[in-house]
Amino acid sequence: MLNKELKLVSENTLYDRSKVEQLPIRNGFGEGLVIAGDANPNVVVLCADLSESTRAQTYQKKYPDRYIEVGVAEQNMASLASGLAAVGKVPFISSYAMFSPGRNWEQIRTTICYNNQNVKIAAAHAGVSVGPDGATHQAIEDIGIMRGIANMIVFVPADAHEARRATAAAAKIKGPVYIRYAREKTPIVTTDDTPFEVGKAYIYRDGKDVALIAAGPLVYEALMAAQVLAKDGISARVINCPTIKPIDEALIIKAAKECGAVVSCEEHQTMNGLGSAVAEVLARNHPAPQEFIAVQNRFGESGEPNELMEKFGLRDHHIVDAAKKAIGRKK
Amino acid sequence: MAYLNDEKIKQLTHQANEVRQSIIEMLVEAKSGHSAGPLGMADVFTTFYFHILKHDPHNPDWEERDRLILSNGHICPVQYATMAHAGYFPIEELKTLRKLGTRLQGHPHRTSLPGLETTSGPLGSGLSQAAGMAYGLRMDEKKNWVYCLMSDAEQQIGQIWEAAMWAGNNKLGKLIGIIDRNNIQINGFTENVMPVEPLKAKWEAFNWHVQEIDGHNFEEIVNAVEEAKAIFNRPSLIIAHTIPGKGVDYMEYRYEWHGSPPGSIEPKGAPPKAEQAKKALEQLRTLGGKITSEHQ
Repeated sequence: MLNKELKLVSENTLYDRSKVEQLPIRNGFGEGLVIAGDANPNVVVLCADLSESTRAQTYQKKYPDRYIEVGVAEQNMASLASGLAAVGKVPFISSYAMFSPGRNWEQIRTTICYNNQNVKIAAAHAGVSVGPDGATHQAIEDIGIMRGIANMIVFVPADAHEARRATAAAAKIKGPVYIRYAREKTPIVTTDDTPFEVGKAYIYRDGKDVALIAAGPLVYEALMAAQVLAKDGISARVINCPTIKPIDEALIIKAAKECGAVVSCEEHQTMNGLGSAVAEVLARNHPAPQEFIAVQNRFGESGEPNELMEKFGLRDHHIVDAAKKAIGRKK
Repeated sequence: MAYLNDEKIKQLTHQANEVRQSIIEMLVEAKSGHSAGPLGMADVFTTFYFHILKHDPHNPDWEERDRLILSNGHICPVQYATMAHAGYFPIEELKTLRKLGTRLQGHPHRTSLPGLETTSGPLGSGLSQAAGMAYGLRMDEKKNWVYCLMSDAEQQIGQIWEAAMWAGNNKLGKLIGIIDRNNIQINGFTENVMPVEPLKAKWEAFNWHVQEIDGHNFEEIVNAVEEAKAIFNRPSLIIAHTIPGKGVDYMEYRYEWHGSPPGSIEPKGAPPKAEQAKKALEQLRTLGGKITSEHQ
C-alpha cells in the first residue's frame, strides 16, 4: 500500500508499466526553472550549447534576457556563474552531467563551493539510461564527486514532478546545489501535491522485512520490486531519498532498526553514491546487511535505455533478488 | 581617479616600498610562500589600492566599489600587504600568514577575509569570475569597474581563453584584465617552459583592446587604466611588464624565487640563507643603497 499522506499517483496504474504515465525527468528541470525565474528576477540560466536537450530552453523562451549562452566551455561556465552569484544573481548552470560536473569539478569546488557562492549545478543525461550515446556520455560517478565537496547539497529527483520541485527548491537555498536529471522517459510516481523538503526522505510504501532505499528512476523500480516481493510474502519498505546530501539519517536509521536489512538502489557507480551515503549512516549508527543496486565498477555502453538497465542490473527483478539476499544475511 | 602629479608619484613610491618590506617580513615569518611575483607586482597593487580603485577599506562590502579579482592567488602576499597598508586590517596581522587559524590563508579565501572578492589558487579561473561579475553588473545597469589580475604562465591554461572568447563576444567594456608579464614560472622562464607569445596578438584576436606598459611606472599604470576605461565597446587588457623579485637584487629576474621565501634556498648570486632576509630589508629600506636608512 502506498503512503496515502504523500499524495502519490494511483496504485491502479502505477504497477502496470504499459499504463503508468511516463515523462523525461529533465522536463521537470525546464519547468522548475520557470517557476524559479517567476519568483526571483535574479535567477539566470547558463547553458553550454545544449539548451534543447537539457530543457534549459523552456526557460530561455520565457526569459531570453536572463539566459546566457556560454558555448562549449564548461569550466568557464562554472566560474562565470560564481562571478554572477558574487554580484547577486542566482545562476543555474546546465549541461550533461558528464561535462558539468564531469569536466569542471575543480572550478565547482574552488570557485563555487569553497568560495561559497550561490550557484546551482543542473546536470542532465545522468546514468546509463542515456542510452545509445554510450559510455562517454553516461555519467555514473557524478553523485560521488559532488557529495564529497563541503558546502554542496545534492538532489536526485525520482520523476519529472519531483525534478520540478527540486529545481524550484534549489533556487531558494542560499548556497551551492547539485541536481541530477535522467534523460529517458521515467514513470511518474509523485503528483503536484507530493511533498519535497530539503534533507528529507519519504516512505512511499511501508514494510517491515527489508528497506529499499532508492533515488532517481530507481524509485519506480523499487516500488515494482516491492509489489513482487509482496507476492512472495515479503514486506518491503520503499523509501525515496531525493536528497543525497544532507541525507535523512533519522529515517534511514529507523528503517534499518525496523526492517533489519537494506537495499540501496541508484543509477550510479556502486562507489560514492546513494549506497555509500546510506552505508556511512548505518556503519556509524546501526550496522545492518546492505546490498547495492548500482553499476558495478565498470563503464556504460551503447544500447536502448531499457536494455542497459537490464544489463547493468538496475531493474525491479534485480532489486527483488538483492532484497532476498539482504534478508538472508540478517543475524 | 585622476592622472598622477609628482607629489602623488612620491607617495606611491614610498607606499610600494613599504609594501615590499611587509612582503619580505611576512614571508620570513611564514617560512613558505611566493617571493618573486609579489615583489614584482607591488607597484601595480599599490597603484590600484592607493589610487585607481573606488573602494572603502572600512566598508568592504560597499555596493559601489570596484571589483579587483586576483586570479593567480599565489601572489596573495602582495595583496594582503597592500590591503593592510590601505587599512583593511592591522599591519601586525600580516605575520599570521599561512599559520593555523589565520585569515590570511596560503592562497586567498574570500570568506576568511573581508575585502577579498574571491577565492583563488588553482590557476585560470579568475577571468571567468570577473567576466561573470561584469556581465551581472551590466544586467543591473551598475557602473562598477571589474579588474582581473592574472599571471603570464596562467595564459597557458585553456580556461583563460574560454573566458577571453566569451568576454570579447559579450563586449564587456567594464572588464579590464592585467597580466603580470614577469617571464617566470616555477620550472623556468615562460618562453622555455611553454611560450605564451605573441601575447598581444592573441588577445587582440579574441576582440580585446590591448596595451603594453612598464609595470613599475606609476604613470604608465594609471594612464593605461584611463585609456582602457575610454574603450567601452570591448574588454581591455593591460600587459604589465614587471621584474620578478623587484627591489631585492639577488631575487630580480630569477625564477628560482618564484615559490620560495627568503632564507629557504641559495641560488647563484644569493647571499647565505641566514642573511637573505636582512639583506632584502636593508636594500628596500635604503632603496638599494641610494639613501641612508633611518633604521640603520
